[in-house]
Amino acid sequence: MSGDPVVEELLDVTVTVNGVPRHARVPARRLLSDFLRHDLGLTGTHVGCEHGVCGACTVLLDGRPARSCLVFAVTAQAHAVTTVEGLGTREAMGPVQRAFAECHGLQCGFCTPGFLTTVTAYLEEHPHPTQDEAREAISGNLCRCTGYQNIVRSVLRAAELREAAEADATAGDS
Amino acid sequence: MKPAPFVHHAPRTVDEATSVLADVGHDGKVLAGGQSLVPMLNMRLATPAHLVDLDRVAGLDGVEVTADHVRVGALVRHADLERHEQAYAALPLLRQALRHVAHPVIRNRGTTVGSIAHADAAGEMPSVLALCDGVVEVASATGAREIPWHDFFLGPLETSLAPEELAVAVRFGRLPAGTGTAFVERARRHGDYALAGVGAAVTVADGTVTRARLTFVSVTDVPTVLDVTGPFAGREQSSVDWSGAAELVAAAVTPEGDIHATAEYRRMLAVELSRIALAEAAARSAAPGSGRGAA
Repeated sequence: MSGDPVVEELLDVTVTVNGVPRHARVPARRLLSDFLRHDLGLTGTHVGCEHGVCGACTVLLDGRPARSCLVFAVTAQAHAVTTVEGLGTREAMGPVQRAFAECHGLQCGFCTPGFLTTVTAYLEEHPHPTQDEAREAISGNLCRCTGYQNIVRSVLRAAELREAAEADATAGDS
Repeated sequence: MKPAPFVHHAPRTVDEATSVLADVGHDGKVLAGGQSLVPMLNMRLATPAHLVDLDRVAGLDGVEVTADHVRVGALVRHADLERHEQAYAALPLLRQALRHVAHPVIRNRGTTVGSIAHADAAGEMPSVLALCDGVVEVASATGAREIPWHDFFLGPLETSLAPEELAVAVRFGRLPAGTGTAFVERARRHGDYALAGVGAAVTVADGTVTRARLTFVSVTDVPTVLDVTGPFAGREQSSVDWSGAAELVAAAVTPEGDIHATAEYRRMLAVELSRIALAEAAARSAAPGSGRGAA
């Protein structure tokens, strides 16, 4: 498919990650997943199948869930990325993180960053999912521990926590 | 699994993109959403020396609805077309089918034109283009041309696009008034490639069937439209038994077997899903606002 071997050139890539512009000099073929982990040291994003099936590497690209193993860092250049590190801190966890902790929505935890980013974006658009909808919402993410029952519970619990947080915020405003 | 090295091109205009494609010829590949291409690169099933990344090309992300068609630009993501209310009103089949395209996360990145240019027989949108008698709009450094769907798909993963050509948009033709549509699939897990899928368009005038057509996913190796109007023409829509299409479907398709399903099972699915899709489409054709049943 190719003629002469390609000489690898390095490109200056700057991506806004969790609100902060981050820069590295990388080959064009650097996947966003590897850019985040190896070049930026943000190891929260996990790498599983590397062909878009497992969902472990899911990040938010301009607010929408995307497989970071199917995006090149150089393509993400003009865009904003949110990784699991951007969803909250140990001291101030986001509602989805709290729900997964409360409902034991993880076993080994390898797939968890992908679930957290996927579910965070899903609930923005569908704040009150039914159990069936929650199940479909996570159908693109694989958990090899098969912890799906608790993950579905976590999605529903996260919806409650979000609602409660919004009610508090509204009460605080008045 | 990592891609082999390539030179990355980031054109800003269609002209820049086509001039790169003209330069690199067979060594080039176009990157839009990347949801089919990047897995192939990661697994090194494809090792193009040049990637022409459309992400920054202006003017390719529009959806245009006219009296005749729904025109979709090369950078329109499946998710955006799926949510496009005007496109849904004009051609409900689009949303009906897009709901079956992989998982929502893949639809966020994957483009409709990209999946048509990829020409995977297991992909939904090539078949939808066929059922809507669609056209692919192509640009190259030497000019533009339009390719009707039946001249576009040559074989599995093979189209009549030349290496220096760029598919800039597709036009899905709108269906005649009184047409209802449906798209049904069976997969092992929702969002996976279909074991078999069927799209149907049924046109009803004054309560009687005037046209019934089908298209298939994972059943034929290129998109095909099967006209099954014959046995149903002039029949009252409300009294039609659509299982009458079974023989026509069984005779028209020769599916292949693989590790997911045998050829025989695929044929059975194609027949049964055709009955379901035709009935759903017909029911929607009769509903007010034709075709606007639940997507």
